[in-house]
Amino acid sequence: MTTRIDRRMAKLKAEGRPALITYFMGGDPDYDTSLDIMKALPKAGSDIIELGMPFSDPMADGPAIQAAGLRALKNGQTLAKTLKMAQDFRVHDDETPIVMMGYYNPIYIYGVDRFLADAKASGIDGLIVVDLPPEMDEELCIPAVKAGINFIRLATPTTDDQRLPKVLENTSGFVYYVSMTGITGSALADTTKVDAAVKRIKSHTDLPVCVGFGVKTAEQARSIGAYADGVVVGTAIVNAIANVIGPQGRMTANPADAVATLVTGLSQGVRTARLAPAQ
Amino acid sequence: MNKPLAPNSFRTGPDEQGMFGIFGGRFVAETLMPLILDLQKHWDEAKNDPAFKAELQNLSTHYAGRPSKLYFAEGLTNHLGGAKIYFKREDLNHTGSHKINNCLGQILLAKRMGKKRIIAETGAGQHGVASATVAARFGFPCFVYMGATDVERQKPNVFRMKLLGAEVTAVSSGHGTLKDAMNEALRDWVTNVEDTYYLIGTAAGPHPYPELVREFQSVIGIEARQQILEQEGRLPDVIVAAVGGGSNAIGLFHPFLDDTDVKIVGIEAGGHGLDGIEHCASMSAGKPGVLHGNRTYLLQNADGQIMDGHSISAGLDYPGVGPEHSWLRDTGRVDYVPILDDEALDAFQLTTKVEGIIPALESAHAIAHAVKVAPTMGKDQIMIVNLSGRGDKDVHTVAKMMGMEI
Ligand SMILES: Cc1ncc(COP(=O)(O)O)c(C=O)c1O
Repeated sequence: MTTRIDRRMAKLKAEGRPALITYFMGGDPDYDTSLDIMKALPKAGSDIIELGMPFSDPMADGPAIQAAGLRALKNGQTLAKTLKMAQDFRVHDDETPIVMMGYYNPIYIYGVDRFLADAKASGIDGLIVVDLPPEMDEELCIPAVKAGINFIRLATPTTDDQRLPKVLENTSGFVYYVSMTGITGSALADTTKVDAAVKRIKSHTDLPVCVGFGVKTAEQARSIGAYADGVVVGTAIVNAIANVIGPQGRMTANPADAVATLVTGLSQGVRTARLAPAQ
Repeated sequence: MNKPLAPNSFRTGPDEQGMFGIFGGRFVAETLMPLILDLQKHWDEAKNDPAFKAELQNLSTHYAGRPSKLYFAEGLTNHLGGAKIYFKREDLNHTGSHKINNCLGQILLAKRMGKKRIIAETGAGQHGVASATVAARFGFPCFVYMGATDVERQKPNVFRMKLLGAEVTAVSSGHGTLKDAMNEALRDWVTNVEDTYYLIGTAAGPHPYPELVREFQSVIGIEARQQILEQEGRLPDVIVAAVGGGSNAIGLFHPFLDDTDVKIVGIEAGGHGLDGIEHCASMSAGKPGVLHGNRTYLLQNADGQIMDGHSISAGLDYPGVGPEHSWLRDTGRVDYVPILDDEALDAFQLTTKVEGIIPALESAHAIAHAVKVAPTMGKDQIMIVNLSGRGDKDVHTVAKMMGMEI
């Protein structure tokens, strides 16, 4: 069974360039603006969309994504609305893969079976659920795979060679390598170490290996994209939105335009990654 | 919710996956998973190592002052005119609460694991103080996360932690209470994976924390059981403890779980009442969900967003509870009932007046239950209340409630 993620990754591999994967928070700052942002992403050069599901207690996120989640929740975002956002997006775009990313509790409360059925119907291709390690695969990973949805696992610097096979076992779509031990929004780790880690993971799997956490600029996207199959950018996008929200919540510029400008630059980064002189 | 079948013993959990029935587990980010497995390995070794036990025993006796006394609260008993009330005097421990029991155990684990830095979350500040204390004693730098609201209402403890050399970070996300402090501690741990030991202060979090905290706190119930047999020649009719995350409660309860004639009652923070959202009674008014590494009863909305809750007592101001309590609730072995802010305040003042003991506001919740039910019981009946801590830290809060400035 191939998903939009598999097809997109295969296409980019044929083109000889890494994927640009863009994260934003569903419903930030409000539903309509957020849907505009989502629609702007592929046009600006994003290859895969990570659609954030807001959660009250995002334990692995830094201040920027924490604040984005709170803005979304305050304006009435729910898991049901985040699913609807994907559905609305699919009316115009049936190609760009959508990966939902967040924490388990809202899914658990929505009901795993109901969630998977609705996610599938809404055009969701993959899931990243931060607080479900392989030890908890029975909860959501196995049912998701059965439902034809990729379960994309995080591998981290603490995932050693002995543990990697366990992490990779039920992973599909791609492997998300977390570039550092830390929360989202921290400074990028030493890229030579990241390079070595990507090679290490690739020696265990044929899946594409994408790198996230700490990538904020086109230059960073280019240098990571030189060896990774994809580059994930999150906090920088969330910040671009936050920067145009004034003190009273009034927008000082169009958030979708602000995001598009940033993503266009990032996409230049990934598109030139393999042209850059080897480092 | 289907009631799980009553097991042969209530004392065998958790299973190898860290589950108590459907509760517990290891819901953590991959970055932390290897650390938790490593902790489990060391814990499994330590708990079977006589030298580890001996060192802990020695510290418990000479440093913390154990065994704590089981005191017949004659003043309160006479005042209420019903069941005989005993206090398990955890307030007399070094640092003034049961929290030291857990901290001594875990600091020895941290030492054994070769860790270099201690982090902790705290609500009332009692766990922060106990963590800072053992860190000072064993020469570890200590970093304590505390909600900004709690920093304000538990000032004396903040100062104590600083005196003990700990760095206290006020966390202002959410309502600035224990839940937010725990999020921030987890963020620190995810960042500092190499050298940091996370000293969780209650019987919650990912496996093996609920189990190891329970084991370190079970000394309360083991002693109490022996003491009541010595002093009364029989087991009590009722035992009561306040439940925040649930460490003092599980510590008292666990050794009694298979004594089926002993009624066990856990007290949740009823705040301003269960009709609204101003309470922390997760088992009385919440539903199962996943937070902070485990599945347990949580206060949450229909979308699975965690609510902040409220309690006058910072130590009970947490929207969840340790997973073993959730399981004990569903099996029906333990009853969990709420006590309101006002009832706890009244019990606080009553205990002060008739016993000459200023209890922690957390413990005052447990006492308030005794105030309610002791008069309905016979004079030959016996009740043990866990006096989990002393109330010096709460005098500012209580003064404010009484309209006074100190
Ligand atoms: C004196 C006292 N009792 C009870 C508690 C509640 O915690 P737990 O439920 O883990 O015993 C606290 C927490 O700070 C406390 O300080």
